[in-house]
Amino acid sequence: MAGSNPNAKPMNLTLKVWRQKNRVSEGGIVDYKVKDISPDMSFLEMLDVLNEDLLRQGQEPVAFDHDCREGICGSCNLFINGRAHGPEQGTTTCQLHMRKFSDGDTITIEPWRAAAFPINKDLSVDRSAFDRIIQAGGYVSINTGGTPDANEIPIPKNIADRAFEAATCIGCGACVAACKNASAMLFVSAKVSQLALLPQGHIERKTRVENMVAQMDKEGFGACTNIGSCAAECPVGISLENIATLNQEFLSAKATSNNLA
Amino acid sequence: MSWISNTLTSSIGRKIVMATTGLFLCSFLVVHLLINLQLLRHDGGASFNFWAEFMGTNPIIRFMEIVLMLGFAIHIYQGLALAWKNKKARGAQGYVVNHSEQNSQWSSRNMALLGTLLLIFLIIHLMNFWVRSRFDAFGGLAMVKVPNLDHPVGDLYSVAAASFKIPWYVALYAVAQIALGYHLWHGFRSGFQTLGLKHPKYTPAVYYTGYVFSVVISVLFALVPVVMFFDDQYQPRQATNQKVEQSLTEEPDVLR
Repeated sequence: MAGSNPNAKPMNLTLKVWRQKNRVSEGGIVDYKVKDISPDMSFLEMLDVLNEDLLRQGQEPVAFDHDCREGICGSCNLFINGRAHGPEQGTTTCQLHMRKFSDGDTITIEPWRAAAFPINKDLSVDRSAFDRIIQAGGYVSINTGGTPDANEIPIPKNIADRAFEAATCIGCGACVAACKNASAMLFVSAKVSQLALLPQGHIERKTRVENMVAQMDKEGFGACTNIGSCAAECPVGISLENIATLNQEFLSAKATSNNLA
Repeated sequence: MSWISNTLTSSIGRKIVMATTGLFLCSFLVVHLLINLQLLRHDGGASFNFWAEFMGTNPIIRFMEIVLMLGFAIHIYQGLALAWKNKKARGAQGYVVNHSEQNSQWSSRNMALLGTLLLIFLIIHLMNFWVRSRFDAFGGLAMVKVPNLDHPVGDLYSVAAASFKIPWYVALYAVAQIALGYHLWHGFRSGFQTLGLKHPKYTPAVYYTGYVFSVVISVLFALVPVVMFFDDQYQPRQATNQKVEQSLTEEPDVLR
């Protein structure tokens, strides 16, 4: 195989996987053994091996979320050995490779835990709460018409860079999963900061932050206590500074908007 | 008024309430510590009793005392309410394995626990000092003369000197200051973050100030009872009744 390490020895692992039939049923940890795992496999490929084994044995495969498998879609979301997206910093579960583990390891795999993220099945959680928060204000309204010129609105390079950094959020929910309070503020702050920095976002600036925070609270996410787990576990490195910006934006919007509710 | 209550009861509003009350309480700690350090003067408690009298009688201070009590009440209530809400946000089933120590500081994750320990300490502390000095029914204070005042003042110094000869009491105070130190370690910088006061130039200074503040405040607070325990110079006056009068010959240094 191109790019693979010829000296890498296949691994045998013990997996402790959270199994849960559906939203309402009670779940629990089930132990599995997987054999001959290549260190070059991604974590999800290792789970594929497990599922093939289970299918062969006539058992129900483990449900987990995944899509692009190249770290950009934000679908994969596993709590591995007590860490969101596993022990590796700045990476999604699909980009976590088995070479980070050792032969004979026991790996505990759990779904994101948050009241606002109900478990669909096994390791798959419903993150539509994030969609509803974005629908509440995480957008810019534009009139349709001719394509505007790319450089029509001048934006300083450093502002564009900061906005882009915030925009890299892939909405995976690791911030919620890692937070002791299951708070979604890093996610919300990334979108609010991004659009507050750019002139295109200024038109809906106040209503955006008010509506997004209101929706976030309605979904049952906790309140941020500035612990910092979210930013430490974020696969794309969204910084805590964004939450400070969110607080600022919220306070100034509440103090000056025409919204009396 | 509804927009105000909506703002203050939103998740960010609650944070802002915690931050403003918390930072206000930090300013109280500085004043309290400065007066506590008067206990260590070798003047038989004259300076300490003078400032205790000032804090108990000055109208501005008495007004601020009410503000302070409100600050404490709001900070405690909001802190407990937030801890409860945040616990619920995790859901009924928590993680089987969670290595949060690899992504955050212990003090940051345990603010509610530290705050509860401080609340227990606060109640014991208030019962011993504040309640006794204000209400004669709960002990009251013996009266002593201090050089620069023409009327006798309550001898709060003797309460402190007597209390800090009791080993478990000194231990309680010292341990409570560890909780205070850890609470401030997270709380100080967290307050600034919550208020949105974040800037690449100044935030490192805020962090650094917060860490120094938490260590200095807690160590100095703990030092007073420990020094008074081990040093025989600090002795309570024998209070035979509520009207013991004792003239102090030396004038407090601060007023010279």
